[in-house]
Formats: sequence, C-alpha cells, structure tokens
Amino acid sequence: MKRRDVLVGAMLAATTMATGLPALAGGEPLKVGLILPMSGPFASTGREIEAAAKLYVAEHGAEVAGREIELVVKDDAGVADTTKRLAQELIVRDKAEVIAGFGLTPLALAAAPLATRAKVPEIVMAAATSSITEQSPFVTRTSYTTPQVTSKIAEWAKANGISRVVTLVSDYGPGIDAEKTFAQVFDDLGGEVVDSLRVPLANPDFAPFLQKVADLKPDAVFVFVPSGVGAPFMKQFVERGLDKSGIKLIADGGVTDDDILNSMGDPALVAITGFHYSAAHDSEANKAFVEAFQKANPGMRPNFMAVGGYDGMALLYQALEKTGGDSDGTALIEAMKGLSWESPRGPVSIDPETRDIVQNVYMRRVERGADGELWNVEFETFEAVKDPAKSGS
Amino acid sequence: MSTRTAFSPGTVPLRGAAPTDLQARALRDLGRTGRWRPAEALFWLAALASFFFLPDQHLLLTEVVILGLFALSLDLVLGYAGIVSLGHGAFFGLGAYVAGLVSIHLTGEPLTGLLLGGLAAGVLGFATAPLLLLRASDLTRLMVTLGIAMLLYEAANKAAWLTGGADGLQGVWIDPLFGRFEFDLFGTTAYGYALAVTFLLFLIARRIVTSPYGLSLRAIRDNALRANTIGVPVGRRLVAIYTLSALYAGIAGALLAQTTMFVSLDVLAFHRSADVLLVLVLGGVGYLYGGLIGAIVFKLLQDVFSTITPEYWMFWIGLVLVVIVLIGRDRINAAPLALWHRIRGGAK
Repeated sequence: MKRRDVLVGAMLAATTMATGLPALAGGEPLKVGLILPMSGPFASTGREIEAAAKLYVAEHGAEVAGREIELVVKDDAGVADTTKRLAQELIVRDKAEVIAGFGLTPLALAAAPLATRAKVPEIVMAAATSSITEQSPFVTRTSYTTPQVTSKIAEWAKANGISRVVTLVSDYGPGIDAEKTFAQVFDDLGGEVVDSLRVPLANPDFAPFLQKVADLKPDAVFVFVPSGVGAPFMKQFVERGLDKSGIKLIADGGVTDDDILNSMGDPALVAITGFHYSAAHDSEANKAFVEAFQKANPGMRPNFMAVGGYDGMALLYQALEKTGGDSDGTALIEAMKGLSWESPRGPVSIDPETRDIVQNVYMRRVERGADGELWNVEFETFEAVKDPAKSGS
Repeated sequence: MSTRTAFSPGTVPLRGAAPTDLQARALRDLGRTGRWRPAEALFWLAALASFFFLPDQHLLLTEVVILGLFALSLDLVLGYAGIVSLGHGAFFGLGAYVAGLVSIHLTGEPLTGLLLGGLAAGVLGFATAPLLLLRASDLTRLMVTLGIAMLLYEAANKAAWLTGGADGLQGVWIDPLFGRFEFDLFGTTAYGYALAVTFLLFLIARRIVTSPYGLSLRAIRDNALRANTIGVPVGRRLVAIYTLSALYAGIAGALLAQTTMFVSLDVLAFHRSADVLLVLVLGGVGYLYGGLIGAIVFKLLQDVFSTITPEYWMFWIGLVLVVIVLIGRDRINAAPLALWHRIRGGAK
C-alpha cells in the first residue's frame, strides 16, 4: 500500500527527528496477529493452535534477530467476514506485520486479498484446502492439504491388496476434495470405487450409509469426516458389526484426531489412517514437544492443529533470522520459501514454488499404549510429499 | 404541544370542506411523530463526527452501521407490523451474494451492485410474503421464515459453481466509489459509504413509518382483525412492508459484501437472523433507532470483551445481554432518563 508506506515513512522520520537516533529496523516489537476460532464449534482448533504458538515463543524466547515477538490473539468464531475485519484491523490499527492462524478454509481465503494488498505474510496454520496458497503470493502454510494425505492413503490401499472401495465423506468442501482425490488416485492405480456416499455435515446419522456399505461388501471403506464426528462414526461402525465383516476402515487422520482419540474408546482400534502428524510420532523432537505441551496445558494432547501452530511460529522465527530482523512482507515471504527444519512431525520444508508445506505422510493404526491410552502408531512412511493438486504428481 | 409540523402530511386525503376537529387532531398527531427531535439530530451528528474523529475505528464502525441497517430492516416488519421473523438473514445473504456476483460478472461499480442486491432481496421478499399471510400466527411465521432461510443456505451451499460453496465467493472486487474514492484498507471510504446509504434509507423509513401508511401498519400490529374491519387492506399492507424490509436487508447484505469484498456461506447462516433479532430487542423494537442503538451496543460489547478474553467473551456478552434485557425492559435509550428520574427522587 502506497499510503501505508508513506505513513510508516513519516512515522519513522518523526521518530528519528524526535529522538535524534537513527531509526533501527530491528528496534520495535514485531506484532503477529493470530486469528483463530476461539469460540463456537471450532474452538478446539483455536485452543490447540494458540497453546502451541505460545509454547514455541516460551521455549525459544520472545526475541529473535533483535525483534521482540508479540502475539495478538483474536477470536473470529469461525465467521469469515469477522476474520477479514480482524485481519484488516490488525494490519491497519495494530500494525501487525504478520497474520497467522486461520482455522477453516473460508477464513483463510477471506484474508488472502488483504495479505496481497498490504504485503503482509499470511501463515495458514490449519485450513487444508489445496487452493488457499494460490490466492495470494503472500500466503504460506504449515498445516497440510487434504489431497496430500488422501492421495497417499489411496496408494497405500492399492498396494495392500485393497481393490474395491466405498468412499464415505461429510458433505462439505474438504470432504468432497478428499472423495475426488481418492477416487482419482485409486482409479489411476487400477482400483475401483464402488460407490461414493456423502453424509450431511450437521448431526449425521450414519446408520443408513453403513448399511449400504455392508450391502456393497467392498474391501474397504474410505472415510473423511471432521474430527468431532469421527467418534460417533466409529462407534456405529463397530456396533453394526462391520469391523468383523472383513471390511477395512481406512480414513483421513482427522477421524482419529489426537485431541479426542483417547475418549473414543475401543471402537477406534479398527481404524487405519493416513496423516502428517501423530502425537505418538517416534522422534526426540516430538517427545520433547508433547511433554512440554502437556506440561503447559494439562489435560490436552497436541494434535495436528497444534503442530501446525508450532511450525508456523518456527517458520516465522527462521525467516526473521534469515532477514536479520527485517519484517518487510516481501522479504519475509521470500525468506520463508525453501526453508526446511525438523518439526515434531518429522522433516518438513516450504516448497519455494507453491509456498505450501512438503512433509512426510504416515500410515498409522490405533493402538493402546503401555500407559493405557490410545495412540496413532505409525507403521509406514511416504517421504517428502508435495501437494499433488499443485505439483501435478 | 405546538401545531407546527416539520413537513406537511399531505398524503391524507382532505375531501370536502375544512377539516373537522378529528381530522385536525389526526393531522397534528401525524406531524408530531414526524417532527425531528434534538436528540435525533445529535445522534446523526455524532455518527458524522465519528467519521472524522475516529479514523482508527472505521472498520468496526462499518460493521456497526451495516448491522444497524439490517436491524432497522427487521424493525420495519417486527416493530411496526408485528411480523416475527427468524429468517431475515435470507434477504441479507441474498443481497450479499447478488452484490458479490454483480461485481464479478457485471460491473465493479458499487451503486449498481447495491441496487441489484437490494432488488433481488426485495423480489424474494415479495415472493415469500404471501406465505406469511396463509397462517397468520407467530409460530408459523417463525417456522416459515426460518425454513426459507435454511432453504437458501442449502441452495447456496449446493450451487458451488455459482457461489463458491463452503469456500466462499472468490474474486469480489469493488471499483472506487463514483470513480474517485477507492475502498481503502483503513475502511474510510467503506464507512462513509455505509453511513451515507444507511442515513438515506433511514430517512425514507422514517418518512414511511410516520405516514398514514405507517400508522395503518401499527393498527394491524395491534389488532389485525379490527384493522381489517375498519377497512385497512391487511394483506396488501403486510406484503408491502415485508417487501420493503427485505429490500433493506438486501442492501445491508450488499453493503457488507462490498465493504469486505468477500462473501461466504456465513452471510446466510442462522446466527445472522438470530443476532439481528437480539440486536433489535436489545435496542428496542418499534422505533427505528432501536436497531441502530442495539447494533452499537452489541458490536462494542463484542469488541471490548473479545479483546479482553478471546476465549470466553461469549459468556460475558451473554451475561451482559441478559442483565440489560432484564433491567432495561423496553428501550435502551430511555435508561439514562429513567435513571435521572430515579435520582431526582421519583419525580415521575
């Protein structure tokens, strides 16, 4: 924004004259606007991300490259035009130089034009629709994309003797994305999607759909539902005896979300899921992360949202170090491109072309650990997976 | 109690010779309700002042004004005609989508989009108004309006090729107002624009509700049967006001779409309809300013609480609303006066 530049310039000039000191680029604190759904149906997303982002700042110190990081948390309750207004206010009024968070796809999309206009980096920590990073050259992502995970689940299924599949997804954007990706990849590999079922998003009753699955007798049913809905689904799956009918349950990892997995009980044991993060991931970095997270937030287990928030901050810290504290939007986003680091989820990097995250996708099964709790235990790894919807692989 | 009037109620037919006593009284009463009070002028001056003296708050104020206009549109049917609605968000959302689509496919010129958004909502209002007359009980009206809103929500969700579905409508871009004032990041143009439109629509609404037509609406609200027997065409009047109200709501929605340059399914969500009802009840029904004042109170409370506690602001706002409604009873603007009287020792 021209006008903003002029204003900032004028302010800097005024400061210089008033204090008689040269205006140091690294002097003032850097505000990060963290816009999250902290209330409403998606509040758990906001809580996980906020906790993880704060944990990162607590662990690594609030100062990086001479700049003090100040997190400003705002609640958008999952409403897109509120997100947009908050982002605008943060940029204009609070002078935030980075905006981050964005629990759902429409929320991330609403803020993207602002990021372009104000030249402010937008770090997407949760929303998973592939197209988000294409909406603005200032958008980058540290969560995952639905096709990234789903395509690997399809590959795994075909490689493991599954050839007839029924897909069952919640009827909303990401669900339909997953359905399409699965069908396409599975089809290309020579598998057959027998039927595609879509369940209403709100208050779903799975009984008629599960009956249909039972009638069709596929090798497996592929499931994509939002994390909260995973529990009732698996309960009904087991109650109707489908776990004993030889039909495998393969799903997106959101279904066995670490945040609520433990409360799902034994029915969760039937699920084989693919995902980019499990709190049970076997690495030093992850053990330290989970321990610190649980210490700071008793009763919570970090899930994929938390790791997205944690890595979002990691990305910002590293980019700032690279620019030497320069928080100019263009410089920051350039610095972010191609960065790679060891995340609690494993090795990750930012694709310099798409600004999207490149990461491992793991196949996991639910197991009861020695501590008596349920965990997603990884048994197979697809390394350095790019978003297939953009890289064309 | 002067007989001077701000504008003459010329719409009253004055057949025959000199007006009788009754007519004179009616004329005088009409004039009285239509006269501008100092407090009203103060209200709008304050609004104007906020444009110049609160440049940092323009974004929030824009939202306040739009919510206020939306609440005003509901007041027209609820406060003046007694039609309860839980689906007013349908018109708001339709206006928003039409304005958004116009900017993408037709022209980025703001006034065109505003007008078309309002008209589309007005047409929907006109088409659905007869449904409200079929079974004229409050409960059925609640259900019908709620149902229409849900239908529209699902339709917009399914028509992803047109509306972008759950991802929202992408690529909305509004050209500078009058070709001169760009919609800036600071929200200054947006606020001026929203404020001017709201003020204009308010003037029109004010003229309408103080006209004989407005009085007939109030007669219908108070007793539809009796209004019918004295010759008020109840059905036609209700359809007309419902259509007008839908048009207003559509314009409010269009304003939102244009000032945020974004439309998502959320504009059609149930909470819009519920919020606006809450705002109106908070500010007071049946007197145009209720919606505006309610919107100011609601949005400011929301802003303050969500800054203090992003996690639990809903709790506090709920608590405050319950307290306000329990204590305030009727109109929020009467509270200072009531307090004054109480301090003066119950002079009234």
